[in-house]
Amino acid sequence: MPLVLELENAYNLAQQDPDFQKEFDYYADHYIGRPSPLYHAKSLSQHLGGAKIYFKRDELNHTGAHKINNTLGQILLAKRMGKGRIIAETGAGQHGVATATVCALFDLPCVVYMGTKDIERQAPNVFRMKLLGAEVVPVTSGSGTLKDALNEALRDWVATVDDTFYIIGTVAGPHPYPAMVRDFQSIIGRETKEQILRAEGRLPDLLIACIGGGSNAIGLFHPFLDDEEVRIIGVEAAGLGVDTNKHAASLTGGEPGVLHGNRTYLLQDEDGQITEAHSISAGLDYPGIGPEHAWLKDVGRVEYQAVTDDEALEAFKLCCSTEGIIPALEPSHALAQVIKSAPSMDPEQIIVMNMCGRGDKDIFTVAEALGVEV
Amino acid sequence: MSGTTASRVERRFEMLRSQQRGGLVTFITAGDPDPVTSAQILGGLAESGADIIEIGMPFSDPMADGPAIQAASQRALANGMTLTQTLSMVKNFRATDQDTPIILMGYYNPIYRYGSQRFINDARHSGVDGLIIVDLPPEEDSELCLPACEAGIHWIRLVAPTTSDQRLERVLTHSSGFIYYVSITGITGTQSAAGTDVEDAIQRLRKHSNLPIAIGFGITTPEDVAMMGNIGDAAVVGSALVNRIEAGLDDNGDATASLVESVLSYVRSLEAALRPPKG
Repeated sequence: MPLVLELENAYNLAQQDPDFQKEFDYYADHYIGRPSPLYHAKSLSQHLGGAKIYFKRDELNHTGAHKINNTLGQILLAKRMGKGRIIAETGAGQHGVATATVCALFDLPCVVYMGTKDIERQAPNVFRMKLLGAEVVPVTSGSGTLKDALNEALRDWVATVDDTFYIIGTVAGPHPYPAMVRDFQSIIGRETKEQILRAEGRLPDLLIACIGGGSNAIGLFHPFLDDEEVRIIGVEAAGLGVDTNKHAASLTGGEPGVLHGNRTYLLQDEDGQITEAHSISAGLDYPGIGPEHAWLKDVGRVEYQAVTDDEALEAFKLCCSTEGIIPALEPSHALAQVIKSAPSMDPEQIIVMNMCGRGDKDIFTVAEALGVEV
Repeated sequence: MSGTTASRVERRFEMLRSQQRGGLVTFITAGDPDPVTSAQILGGLAESGADIIEIGMPFSDPMADGPAIQAASQRALANGMTLTQTLSMVKNFRATDQDTPIILMGYYNPIYRYGSQRFINDARHSGVDGLIIVDLPPEEDSELCLPACEAGIHWIRLVAPTTSDQRLERVLTHSSGFIYYVSITGITGTQSAAGTDVEDAIQRLRKHSNLPIAIGFGITTPEDVAMMGNIGDAAVVGSALVNRIEAGLDDNGDATASLVESVLSYVRSLEAALRPPKG
């Protein structure tokens, strides 16, 4: 506890300091390349024949995903706190790459914990992290995936807290992480609001984003939560189907529980043991969900749907062929929901979907799923 | 604690004081490596010299534990161990041993899933004396700590070298039975602490509480046990014991015939180190 209390205190002070925000904005603009465009996907809209579809193009960020919004914020905080070493966990490797990137930028040593299973299926990202100077530590314990990497990073942190800052990659973990990560990612929703008002003169009718831990989704949703006219859908990974035991849909197919310092919906057995998540997308492969999403589900503000591996693959292909954008498999889940929602909507109605990552990292997984040799 | 009669834990520390020696607290994971062998080990611990027995409730994601205890959890779960079975294991033990305190240690989620109040009731009826739940900080006392205290089950808290004086007051508020001092900053079974650091820390703790103090994390050898049992009121041995269990498995991960005896003889060697009176 002392370590998270110290962090909460430091974060509260930073939030009140205009210089902190100024430094964040500077790097967001000049290094990440923000604001990311809000793009009207005309061909896809036409193809689906319903609502007007916009993509929030966070895949155009430096490093190719929304993850860097958060790692930038946290490393600036780490610097303020005088921490000389950074650790992180990663699943798909996107958060690991985003952490290794800012560590290279600010010249801080970086250790990334990654499950052995994920290391196998995300080899290009492992190599990227190493190029950026990070040490990638394979995690063999448990199921060798994201949750185990998180356990291992927590173990490191409790032993090294004096000089080490732990950059968590999603809205999970103990307080203040879920709130802090949300705040750094909310830049997505704030920009979207400005951009859609400029483009359309009104707010969108529907927001859609995919959910693993839930950071890109909460980033888009949060600034719109009080706008009751905006319908919001979060999309979980249904893997082979929510009625099978191979999915990652904690909200749709999980039960309340306590893990990694927060109470939320978890994939677990009847004895409270955490079970393995499955998704074709390694980034959605987490058996929990940010506690704020659990709350938004319970109060009914956000609807949560689940999309299977196959539906995500179809959406992936459609996006490539209609828009010339290769999406990551994570937002392909959001896109599959767009495909379901758009046709029954009016042409004046507006959907904004968060294109939270680009798909270069996934082409081998997709090739394998499609039975193609690369 | 409710009532005026001393609890099993209090009586045990009273006995240690009268014998002028530090106590030995042994840790095993329930169901490790399998439910039958685990019950055999449990049955022999007290007569081999364990003054207090901690039993780990297996969990899939034991983030405060090192590789040894995590592996123990995985072995137990793979062999079908459940929280219900852990409680019956205690109940069976209690049928033949009315004196040795049993402390259950673990993580909250399996209990949350079982139902907090139901767990407390069943734990009390099984003869559990105390609980150490590592992922429930004092901020969440209403979840399980207060129901436990009401049922007369000791709530035992970990105190770390990083725990500030101010924080200590809060940590100790509902603590009873004894304090578990974590002698290193980190996870179980990874390294050992310097005696002088621990001595200073225990002196600091004594200013805040009259409760007995057990020292744990990274205590491996009879020498460690003798030193820590002398500095505190008891020494906790966990990972080192669990390593003995692992060493007693064959290539298929099944218990060999000599496993139980190898663990218990190790416990006897630890107990022997505490036998010369203190001071």
